[in-house]
Amino acid sequence: MSDVETDVTEVASEDSENDTETASHAVDSPILAVENLEKRFGGIVAVDGASFSVERGSITGLIGPNGAGKSTTFNCITGVHTPNEGRVVFDGDEITGQQPHQIANRGLVRTFQIARELPEMTVLENMMLAPKNQIGESLWRSVLPHFRGEMVEQEEQLREQAWEMLEFFEIDHLAEEYAENLSGGQRKLLELARALQTEPEMLMLDEPMAGVNPTLEHKLLEHIHELREQGYTFLIVEHDMDVIMNNCERVIVMHQGAVLDEGTPAEIKDNEQVIEAYLGGEI
Amino acid sequence: MSETDPDGDPETETTDGPDSADDSSAMIRPKWREDLLLIAKIVLATYVGFFVVGILSGAGINSTVGTLQSITFWAALFALGALALNLHWGYTGMFNIGVAGFMAIGAYTMSIAIASPDGSPAGFGLPIPVGIILGMIAAGIAGLVLVIPTLRVRADYFAIVTLGFSEIVRLSVQSRSLRRIGDTEYGTGGGQGIRATPVDSVIPWLFDQPVIGDVGNVFLEIGAAIGIASSVLMRGMYTGVLILFVIAFYILLTRIAYSPFGRVLKAIRDDELAAKSLGKRTDRAKIVAFAVGCALMGLVGTLWMGSRTHISPDSFMPLITFYVFVALIVGGSGSNTGSVIGGFAFAAFIFEGPRFVRTIVRENLGTDFPRTAYGAFAELGGGDPTAMIGYVLYQQADEVRYILLGVVLIVIMIKRPDGLLGHRKEISAGVDLTRRGAVADGGRPAVGGDTDAAAADDRQSNTGDDNDSQMETNDPDTTTAENGGKDHE
Repeated sequence: MSDVETDVTEVASEDSENDTETASHAVDSPILAVENLEKRFGGIVAVDGASFSVERGSITGLIGPNGAGKSTTFNCITGVHTPNEGRVVFDGDEITGQQPHQIANRGLVRTFQIARELPEMTVLENMMLAPKNQIGESLWRSVLPHFRGEMVEQEEQLREQAWEMLEFFEIDHLAEEYAENLSGGQRKLLELARALQTEPEMLMLDEPMAGVNPTLEHKLLEHIHELREQGYTFLIVEHDMDVIMNNCERVIVMHQGAVLDEGTPAEIKDNEQVIEAYLGGEI
Repeated sequence: MSETDPDGDPETETTDGPDSADDSSAMIRPKWREDLLLIAKIVLATYVGFFVVGILSGAGINSTVGTLQSITFWAALFALGALALNLHWGYTGMFNIGVAGFMAIGAYTMSIAIASPDGSPAGFGLPIPVGIILGMIAAGIAGLVLVIPTLRVRADYFAIVTLGFSEIVRLSVQSRSLRRIGDTEYGTGGGQGIRATPVDSVIPWLFDQPVIGDVGNVFLEIGAAIGIASSVLMRGMYTGVLILFVIAFYILLTRIAYSPFGRVLKAIRDDELAAKSLGKRTDRAKIVAFAVGCALMGLVGTLWMGSRTHISPDSFMPLITFYVFVALIVGGSGSNTGSVIGGFAFAAFIFEGPRFVRTIVRENLGTDFPRTAYGAFAELGGGDPTAMIGYVLYQQADEVRYILLGVVLIVIMIKRPDGLLGHRKEISAGVDLTRRGAVADGGRPAVGGDTDAAAADDRQSNTGDDNDSQMETNDPDTTTAENGGKDHE
C-alpha cells in the first residue's frame, strides 16, 4: 500500500519501505462540506436543501429510506448532476458544478451503486486506467517515438502499483480476466481497488455491500478500515443498518431530500424522528 | 512516393526508443509479430488458392494475376478504411456511419488542390503530396466540426448524424450551385466531378528513381516473359504504395492501442461515466480520436481516388461506408489485426470473388448468355443449365456480390460475432502487464535497471514466492513463448 501514497509525488520512490505514515494533513476543517444542496428534476425535488459535512479521516455513513435523495446527493457532489442551488466544498475549494473528471482529479472519487466495471477490458486494464497524470493519455505522447519511451517507463511503474493493489484486495488471481467475467462481489472489490488507484483523499461508496456475500462483505469492511487507518476518508451510502452502525463514526440521515439528523450511531438510534422515518420496523 | 517514405519505412517499428523501450517492446510485441505472421499466412493462402483456381480453370495467367492485383488493391483500401473506422467504432465506440463522407472530403480537397488551373473546374495546380495533406487536414477539421456539438449524443443518434453528414457532403458536391463557387473558376464540378492528375503518377516517378526503377523494370521484363500485361504490373506498383500506407496505419493505430490513450478510448466505449468518474477527460479523448480517425479516412479517400483521373460524387455512396463496416465486422472490431484481415477477406471473397468467378465462367463457357432471368429460365426449362449459370455468375456478377455480402454477414453474426479472429485480448497498455521480475524500489520492476535488483530484496514479501522463478523471464524468448501460449487460448 505504501506505494500508493508515495507515488503521488513520484519523487519519493526511495522511501517506499517506510510504512503508511500518510498523516493525512491533520487539519480540523471538514474535508467535504455540503451546504443547502438542492436538485430538482422537473417537478420533483430530489434534494431539498441538504447540508452536512464529512470529517477528515472518518468513515461516515449516509442513510435514509428509498427516495430520500442519497444517490442524487452523491451525483451532485461528484459532478454527475449540477445542483440547482447550494454549494459543495471539498478540501477548502468549491467544486460545485465542476465536471466529474475535475472533481475526481481533486481527490474525491466515487464508486457506483451498480458496479461500473469496464466489462470488455481486463481487470488489469481497469486498474491501469485509473491513475492520474498519465503522460501517455495524450495521443502525441503515446505515439511519437521520443515520448513513447517515457510513457513506457511510467507504465512499468503503474503496472507494479496495479498488481500491488490487486494483491491488497486479494483479487490478483483475476488480473487477466475480463471484468465482465467477475462475480458481483468481485466487481465491487475491483471498483474500490480501481478508485484507490487514483490516489484519492476521499472515497464515496454508493452501497458497497449490495449483492456482496457475508464473507466478502467482511473482507471489504476490513479493507475499508485498513484504508481509513492510512488516512483515507469514506462516505458510505448503505442500506444494511448493521454495517452502518458498527463501522461508521458518524451517520447522516436523509429524509425527503433534506438531512434529518446527524450524529454518532448511538445518537441516531435514539432519535425518534429517525426511527419513525427510516428505522421503523428494521431495528 | 516521397511522402510515404517516413511513414511506410519499416524502420519506424524499431525507433521505439533505444533504451528501455527496446527491452519492453520485446515483451509486449510478441503478439504483434504473431499477428503479422497470421496476416501473411492468410494472404498467402488466399493468393495461392486464387492462383491455382485461376490457372486450372483456364482463366490465364494475365487475368489471374490481374485479379490478384485488384484483390490486393481493394484489400489495402478496405484495410485502411477498416483501421480508421476501428479507431472510432472498435475503440471509442463512436458509431460513425459517415465514412464515405469523410473520404469524399479528403478526395475532393485533394482534387481541387492538384487539378490543373486551366481545367474546368479549375484547380490550384499544387503538388500531389500537398494535395494529400490538405485532404487529410480538411477531413480532420470536418470531423472536429461534427464531433464537438455531438459529444453528448447517444451512439444511435450519433450514427444518424454521421450518416446524414456523409449524404450532405455527397449531395453538396453534386449540387449545381457548388459546380462553380460564386464567380470563381473553382468548384466541385457538380455531377460531372473533377478531372485531376492521379496520384498514380508516383509510378512513373518511381520508375525514374535509380534502384527502384531498375527493380521495377526487371519486374516488367519478367512480367512480359510470362505473359502479364505491364499495365497490371504498373497498377501493382500503386497497390504497393497503398500497402506501405497500410503498414503506416497499422503501426500508428497499434501504438494508439498499446497506450494509455487507447485505454481511455476503450474505457469510453465500455462506460463513459465510469471513465469520467476516474478523472479521465473523456470529451477531449473523443474529440481527438474522432478527428484523427476522420483525417485517416480522408487520407484513404485521396489514396482511393488517386488511382483515377476523375472523381465524381457517385463514388461516395453510403454503400462504401457499409463495405468498410462489413470489412471491420468480418475481421472483428476492436482489433487492428482483425481490421487488416477483415479488409483482405472482404476484398478477396466478397468484393472481387464474384468478378473472378465471372472471368472463369467467361473463359470456360463463353459470353453468350441470356440477358434476362426469363431467358435463363427458358433455357433451363429446355434442359441447358449453363445458361442459368452464365446468367447468374456472368451477367449478374455484381448482384451476386450483394447476396454474398448478406449471407456472409449473417453467418458471421451467428457463428463468430467477434469476427474471424474471435474475441481477442489486445491489452491496451504500453507494457506487457503480466507480472514478472521482483518489485524493485518504488514499485519499479527489476527489468527497468539492474541496480534495482538489490533493493528488490526488501520487498520480497510483497511479491510472493514466484519471485525467483519469474526473475528469469527477462529473457525475451521465454516471455514470447509464455505469452503466445496464453493469448491464443
